[in-house]
Amino acid sequence: MALLEIENLHVEVGGKPILKGIDLVIEPGEVHAIMGPNGSGKSTLSYVLSGRDGYEVTDGSIRFDGKDLLAMAADERAIAGIFLAFQYPVELPGVAGMTFLKEALNARRKAAGEGEVDAMTFLKLVRAKAKTLGITDEMLKRAVNVGFSGGEKKRNEILQMAVLEPKLCVLDETDSGLDIDALKIVSEGVNALRDPDRSMLVITHYQRLLEHIQPDRVHVLAHGRIRRSGGKELALELEANGYAGFAEEAA
Amino acid sequence: MTNTSPLPFLAEAPAIDGAPEWLALLRRSAVARYGQIGLPGPRTEAWKFTNLNALKALQPVPATGLGHIERPDVFAGLDATELHISNGALSVFSGDVPPTGLEIVDLGDPDTVPAWVSETLGTVAAIDRHPFAALNTAAFIGGVAIRVTRGTMLEKPILLLADTQGGETQGGEAATIAHPRVLVVVEEGAVADLVEVHTGAGSHVSNTVVEVTVGVGARLGHYKWQAEGVDAFHLAMTAVRAEAKATYDNFALSTGARLARNEIRGELAGGHVDYRVNGAYMATGDQHLDTTTLIDHAVPDCHSQEIYKGVLAGRSRGVFQGKILVRPNAQKTDGYQMNRALLLSRDAEIDSKPELEIYADDVKCSHGATVGALDDDQLFYLMARGIERERARALLIGAYLDEAIATIERAPVREAFRAVVDAWMQANVTGADTGGAP
Ligand SMILES: Nc1ncnc2c1ncn2[C@@H]1O[C@H](COP(=O)(O)OP(=O)(O)OP(=O)(O)O)[C@@H](O)[C@H]1O
Ligand SMILES: [Mg+2]
Repeated sequence: MALLEIENLHVEVGGKPILKGIDLVIEPGEVHAIMGPNGSGKSTLSYVLSGRDGYEVTDGSIRFDGKDLLAMAADERAIAGIFLAFQYPVELPGVAGMTFLKEALNARRKAAGEGEVDAMTFLKLVRAKAKTLGITDEMLKRAVNVGFSGGEKKRNEILQMAVLEPKLCVLDETDSGLDIDALKIVSEGVNALRDPDRSMLVITHYQRLLEHIQPDRVHVLAHGRIRRSGGKELALELEANGYAGFAEEAA
Repeated sequence: MTNTSPLPFLAEAPAIDGAPEWLALLRRSAVARYGQIGLPGPRTEAWKFTNLNALKALQPVPATGLGHIERPDVFAGLDATELHISNGALSVFSGDVPPTGLEIVDLGDPDTVPAWVSETLGTVAAIDRHPFAALNTAAFIGGVAIRVTRGTMLEKPILLLADTQGGETQGGEAATIAHPRVLVVVEEGAVADLVEVHTGAGSHVSNTVVEVTVGVGARLGHYKWQAEGVDAFHLAMTAVRAEAKATYDNFALSTGARLARNEIRGELAGGHVDYRVNGAYMATGDQHLDTTTLIDHAVPDCHSQEIYKGVLAGRSRGVFQGKILVRPNAQKTDGYQMNRALLLSRDAEIDSKPELEIYADDVKCSHGATVGALDDDQLFYLMARGIERERARALLIGAYLDEAIATIERAPVREAFRAVVDAWMQANVTGADTGGAP
């Protein structure tokens, strides 16, 4: 059974059609990349998957792990195994990073009928994962994303992903704003999570991320539709030629 | 014997004839003042956001009797010297022998008070334009004077529980009124903490005046939780005079009463005073919570800080009026003031009036006010990590309020106030209907 099945997905934002018939199937363990020009609807797709308010599905369906995803609230989707690494991670003043991670992990454990995580076990778990991502104890104590650089915020997203161990990781431009060293750290963090039971949807503008995180499939999203799909060589071709060939189709 | 004044809320007030000289003088001028200014009306500038019609409709009788006062659970673990004021009179003093350096005087026995009481009472709380302070001065039947003597460092905080028993509103019983009076004198170099808790069920008016002097180099942590019942009117004036190099750390947490006005007036009378008046107000239903403060920089080189945070749910209303006055010679004044309000429902309202009145030219003063709803992006971010909506809301509101609570310097008090916030959120945010807003 496919992990994710998107069929003929149409989405409007504020009455404006943004996604105009998306079909996408991701099998367990597969990594798919989505590339496309600014404003083509990539983040919109990631928000519709994760259940943000304000995105009206006017047609189509999404099945995740055999369930009707669109019937679920954002927190239920996260518990079911969807994780969105935000393009712009949100600052939470006054909410300490550790508290946030613990709340999220415990929400998941509660849903699985498990008790709250033991404080020492939790600390060890987070510290170990944080270390590989170059996140210090001091950073973990600070309020979530407050006063962090763009690159640090992206590393925080990957840390959350590593702690929560989702089934589907949606990475929305996790590479943007990263220097070459940070890109390596983040890619290694993502690759460490590759697993036959875990799928990824990697949204990016640049082929260079896909050199680190090798995709099984690459899709071009333009004007609300997937206009072409192919193997990883498609990313190279796009890098060379741009999106000029994907002008808006006549309706 | 009582007098039969025609002035509102003064009927059955204690008689002036027969009172000791110092008190008779105070009472006479208070009655005269109160008679001249009367109760604030809709045109009274200082009260323009707080309508007193519901209060004026009451014909309260004096609250009487010494009732039992239960220590609130959040303070269960606090090792404190405990004082009770029941219906305006001192009723309990926990340690019969006060700790060395702490003096407790019952204001209900004015004939025997020591000179430091008779000479100080009424000199800090101005009554000129403050009818309720004047009313309190004319009508208080008791209360407590507390002195921390020179150089004393009090280990245990003083926990003052003030409770007023009201009439049953449902049964048509008359409302009651009490005028708790408190004087706190922290002498030169002394260090102390005072925690006030105000409670009371039934329809009543608590008209409290707390006068505070903090001596040269002394330090007072002064923390107040206004936790009156939903039928209460709570009117309070805290008046502070801080001498040179004094530290005054005040935090006011307001969660109770149908209508409350918490007024804090501070006179920074000597150089290098560190003066902090912070607080949080949380209201729901039809509550109306008014915070009005004056920080009077009378001399140079003082520092003042004021951070208030409000959370307003239901149809509640918040008022914040904060004035920083910098007098002509108060150069090098450093003042900061901020009021933030979080509206949890469309029907909640806040009136914010920050005010800087500066007559010196070499000062650093800033102020601001913000008002907003919970942030949808933050809420979504938490939910996208699997945290339920109610829990996510509670986390965000808790974090927002904690920025204010964190300013409380005395740790056990800070933790107790945190527990109050948690309990309030449990009752009013988690799973509660807050008017359909996100
Ligand atoms: N809240 C909104 N209201 C109106 N239009 C919106 C809203 N959010 C997104 N859009 C529009 O939807 C379209 C797709 O936006 P989206 O953010 O999904 O693009 P994207 O492919 O992620 O772009 P980028 O590469 O810049 O991140 C854009 O035209 C954008 O202006
Ligand atoms: Mg985007």
